[in-house]
Amino acid sequence: MSATEALRRTAHPHDLDPYKVGHGHGDGGRHDFATGQGEGGPASKEVIVGYGFWLFLLSDIVLFSCLFAAHAVLQTATAGGPTGPQLFDPFSIALETACLLTSSFTCGLSAVAAGARNQLWTQVFLFITGVLGLSFLLLEAHDFASMVAQGASPQRSAFWSSFFAVVGCHGAHVTVGLLWLGTMMAQVFFKGFRPAILRRLLCFNLFWHMLDIIWVALFTIVYLIGEGR
Amino acid sequence: MTDQHNGGGGGNAVEVEPDFTEHSVHEGVLGYLMGFALAALLTVASFYILHTDLIWGPGIVVMLVVLAIAQIGVHLVFFMHLTTAPDNTNNVLALAFGVLIVALIIIGSIWIMDHLNDRMMPMSPTTQMSPSM
Repeated sequence: MSATEALRRTAHPHDLDPYKVGHGHGDGGRHDFATGQGEGGPASKEVIVGYGFWLFLLSDIVLFSCLFAAHAVLQTATAGGPTGPQLFDPFSIALETACLLTSSFTCGLSAVAAGARNQLWTQVFLFITGVLGLSFLLLEAHDFASMVAQGASPQRSAFWSSFFAVVGCHGAHVTVGLLWLGTMMAQVFFKGFRPAILRRLLCFNLFWHMLDIIWVALFTIVYLIGEGR
Repeated sequence: MTDQHNGGGGGNAVEVEPDFTEHSVHEGVLGYLMGFALAALLTVASFYILHTDLIWGPGIVVMLVVLAIAQIGVHLVFFMHLTTAPDNTNNVLALAFGVLIVALIIIGSIWIMDHLNDRMMPMSPTTQMSPSM
């Protein structure tokens, strides 16, 4: 063994540790194997946790698709009551969309800050995300209240039942997301950027971006296409 | 970099190593900015075409669906970092299966219910069926 080889081993002790081989994240790209593909060894925990949470999100999307399908087939089932376009407030919907899209963006920035292990900016961007999410919820609650006041309660017709089911389910997800966000802010503050905390942050990011994807489908199918008919 | 997150013993050191060069932060912010700009553009387009004559009336619905799918694509790539990397193969396959199920549920429901509606007796929702029918 040459002196350089010995030096290399001291420099990267985990190169020789069989439990580290194949854990692609953090190895600085020293080998070309793909993790989780047999030869490359098992995937890193981050990848596995991300995959599991991704499966949950997809099943959540399937749940939403059922509500969307119900709403789509009940488009005209207003039973003589008010129709959607009569009561939708395009300005409020645009504002809610802006809130949620911007919150998705700031959530991404918080992930970048967490990647740089910057406590202050992580907290700042998570806080902005929360404020925007809360504004979204308040706007939506205001919309719901004005619709009910105009005689469009969930009991009025099948159309309004399905409307409140799909939009309300999304709102409930945002509410849960806000609780989670508060928990994550506290955990990052008190526990620091431990691997487990970083994985939770990753899952939270995926969840929050998923909510925005649902909202894209929602404002398109429920509000815009409903209005365009 | 502080040492507080490396406190879990040497075993975790590799996993916790942050990639926090100035460069990667810059790149990350740039990626989210691009995604945000594209998503905002597509959202504004969706809201805009509804109230213009830019698109032939019956085609608006198709255009809205196309814009929504494009925006979902932007979110998946720029925000959720879905890539073609080997680490992402499983995620992409799961997504493909999810899209299949969602398409079956939504298209299938609309298709079936449209046919059912076609075969129903004409009946306005406010009037009950009269006894003579």
